[in-house]
Amino acid sequence: MAEAHQDAGGSGADFDLSQFYQIFFEEAGENLDLMERMLLNLNLETADDEELNGIFRCAHSVKGGAATFGFSDVAELTHQMESLLDRLRRHELQPNSAMVDVLLESADASRGLLARHQAGDEGEGPPTGELVRRIRSLVAGEVVAPRAPVTAAAPTQTAVVAASVAMPMQQPVAKVAQDGVRHLVISISQLDRQDQADSLMELFRDIPGLGDIKAESVSPNGLRVFAVKTTSSNEDLLDLFAFHVAREQVVICDKDADPAADNGSGHGDVPAHQADAAGLNQEVFASPAAAEFGFFDGAPGIPGAQAAVPAALVAKPTATKPASNAGAQPEAATIRVAISKVDQLINLVGELVITQAMLAQNSRALDPALYQQLLTGLTDLDRNTRDLQESVMSIRMIPMSIVFSRFPRMLRDLASKLGKKVDFVTQGEATELDKGLVEKITDPLTHLVRNSCDHGIEMPEDRIRAGKSETGTITLSAAHQGGSIVIEVRDDGHGMSREKILSKAREKGLDVSDTMTDGEVWQLIFAPGFSTAEVVTDVSGRGVGMDVVKRNITSLNGTVDIESAEGYGMKVSVRLPLTLAIMDGMSVGVGNEVYILPLSSVVESFQVKSDAVSTVGQGAQLVKVRDEFMPVIELEKVFQVPRFDSDKTSDIMVVIEAEGSRVVLLVDELLGQQQVVVKNLESNYRKVPNVSGATILGDGKVALILDTGALVRRSRH
Amino acid sequence: MSANEKITDSVAAGAREYLTFRLSREEYGIDILKVQEIRGYEPPTRIANAPDFIKGVVNLRGTIVPIVDMRLKFNCASAQYDAFTVVIILNLRQRIVGIVVDSVSDVMELAPENLRAAPEVDSVIDSDAVIGLGSLADRMLILLDIEKLMSGLDMGLVSEPS
Repeated sequence: MAEAHQDAGGSGADFDLSQFYQIFFEEAGENLDLMERMLLNLNLETADDEELNGIFRCAHSVKGGAATFGFSDVAELTHQMESLLDRLRRHELQPNSAMVDVLLESADASRGLLARHQAGDEGEGPPTGELVRRIRSLVAGEVVAPRAPVTAAAPTQTAVVAASVAMPMQQPVAKVAQDGVRHLVISISQLDRQDQADSLMELFRDIPGLGDIKAESVSPNGLRVFAVKTTSSNEDLLDLFAFHVAREQVVICDKDADPAADNGSGHGDVPAHQADAAGLNQEVFASPAAAEFGFFDGAPGIPGAQAAVPAALVAKPTATKPASNAGAQPEAATIRVAISKVDQLINLVGELVITQAMLAQNSRALDPALYQQLLTGLTDLDRNTRDLQESVMSIRMIPMSIVFSRFPRMLRDLASKLGKKVDFVTQGEATELDKGLVEKITDPLTHLVRNSCDHGIEMPEDRIRAGKSETGTITLSAAHQGGSIVIEVRDDGHGMSREKILSKAREKGLDVSDTMTDGEVWQLIFAPGFSTAEVVTDVSGRGVGMDVVKRNITSLNGTVDIESAEGYGMKVSVRLPLTLAIMDGMSVGVGNEVYILPLSSVVESFQVKSDAVSTVGQGAQLVKVRDEFMPVIELEKVFQVPRFDSDKTSDIMVVIEAEGSRVVLLVDELLGQQQVVVKNLESNYRKVPNVSGATILGDGKVALILDTGALVRRSRH
Repeated sequence: MSANEKITDSVAAGAREYLTFRLSREEYGIDILKVQEIRGYEPPTRIANAPDFIKGVVNLRGTIVPIVDMRLKFNCASAQYDAFTVVIILNLRQRIVGIVVDSVSDVMELAPENLRAAPEVDSVIDSDAVIGLGSLADRMLILLDIEKLMSGLDMGLVSEPS
């Protein structure tokens, strides 16, 4: 079977397949990701058929696509992976961690090769020879040391590798491949339309060099038999036919071979040295999902189609078929859309909501008796726009599993590098979050998880000494809480030492005291350049990081909290708004103007008498709120609000909290709470001090959203 | 680029269409291709600490658009806001800006031979932002390079490079 792809480029070159390249790269990337995920979840002792089949299907899809598009290096590597997986899923081999390792590395290498092709075949792809050799020896049943002394990436290995690739495998494949021309009998069963078979003949006519085809017979039950003379391999032919007929419908036999013999050997294990044709037949029958080449989504298999094929269809494949169909990827029902289109849609719906609000406001004065129908219509419009807005917003929401899925692999590599044993548990992967946020939260989370593994979890022997189980656990969970999402990174490691952090802080010259609360002490680790790790590893410990994590999360309007118990582990909670585009706001009135406060930073509000405010020094004002003095900011002065009614003064105070401090804003009135669509001021104008953005109110007017962080900072000076 | 070169550019491009508007008694022309739409004036949302000629921002079908009063910018004697006050919405390099003018007159095609270089005079308008003068019968049009005018730092429409 090894020769199957060598001329793939040749037969594909006559098509212009380049238009499909991008789809293939995306598909292949997804398949490799999926395979990696499944490999990591694979329980070596009790691997079930469904999982192994799934992994096999991924490798197979990548291989098929790569061969079709002529990327023979990818096809060759994935082909080897597929051979190994094939033996695994037939239980001829017991999966072990060496196999998982080599498969993971091969997946990485395939990604590298694909990336090289995607970049226009420039530069050097990762060397794959060593991987191929390791897979082959695993396929042959040899026990390979879990870590080969030289990894596939080592360039010194290439010479050896080249030799081992050049060496023919012990399987004497394809007697026909040497002299080139092969005589085949191809039977196609149960076609929906007869012209599908005719199109196969056109295929041979259209593609120069493919070979000759001659229609032999047409049987009344729809079975068509062709005699074919070709130099292409069976796999290539099947790939080409996939444009017209499903793979299961095609049976390719060597003209000289006795179909009955195929039939006989088709049930059991196929010896490795079996002739190519029979081997391929076996492959076709054994993998009913073979037609799934991703974007050429397999033609629906016709139940019972096999019965009409004389060659070798027995009960076994029919029985496995429903199972593999049930396991088909659910992603098949999705489309790819440019994010800019979605954003445009969201903008348009936002405008619709505003227009609707305006209509609703203007219609309030109408007499319900006279305009009953109009008002009913407006009520319906209200409901529909709300539903529409909700569904449109949900397009941008993607599950946290997208972020979480990258961690198992990272932790596995990291833990083995550090010599630690770590279990990784995720909870709430289905929790949805705005795509923009997901992209921005990935790096901080990666840092936190890496920290937990590097600093939190102890070495196995230390854990045993501390009376804990040898394997540490890192838990990553996500959940909705009110209007925000809370992501927690927990570990059961040794936690943080209050004393260590305090002494380190003094060393760094930070202002600390022994009377600080635990919460304040933990916040110290967010100071730039702070690290308590005894050893600086290449993973973490250089003290860059936690401050960046904190800054990134704060810039998303989020907060970070730490809980820690020395000896028992720690928990970092990240709280984020669900989306950047919509915010819960409180509208306040100052003079004739309306400003929006982010509700998340509003603590409380109350009415004051003018004598409650005391001044300090040159006019700085303070107000006493429950034994605490807080600076007062008069919005009227900050925003130079013109007053037409000079008698009126602001007498409502709103306590806001940002960046750990509280200030009091003096406003005229509280107008209400509402969800506001955050608009950027800078896209057409410029940054305005103390303002983070703008929004459009129900009456179509623009209102500015206050930047509470800036206001708090302002009070400090 | 000197004013002469600009005129040569325009000559190469042939006749162009200009939207003309009035600011008190002066008549100005801007490239019609930069104009997105013309709207009536509605009171914008004031922005604190902005120059007085920036009236604020308005909601243009979901987009927040700053409004510049050209009469204040060019030191006109009076700047009345009434039913005839007009806002020209400009689309300049993906940025949208509205300018308030006294009235919009018409769209005029100016052949290259009707263009004159603007004499160097002391005025509130940066001479770089004046393409030239258009003379048509007894009317005189001041042709503005509105894009250059609006992207100038003194307009305060863009954040200063930090």
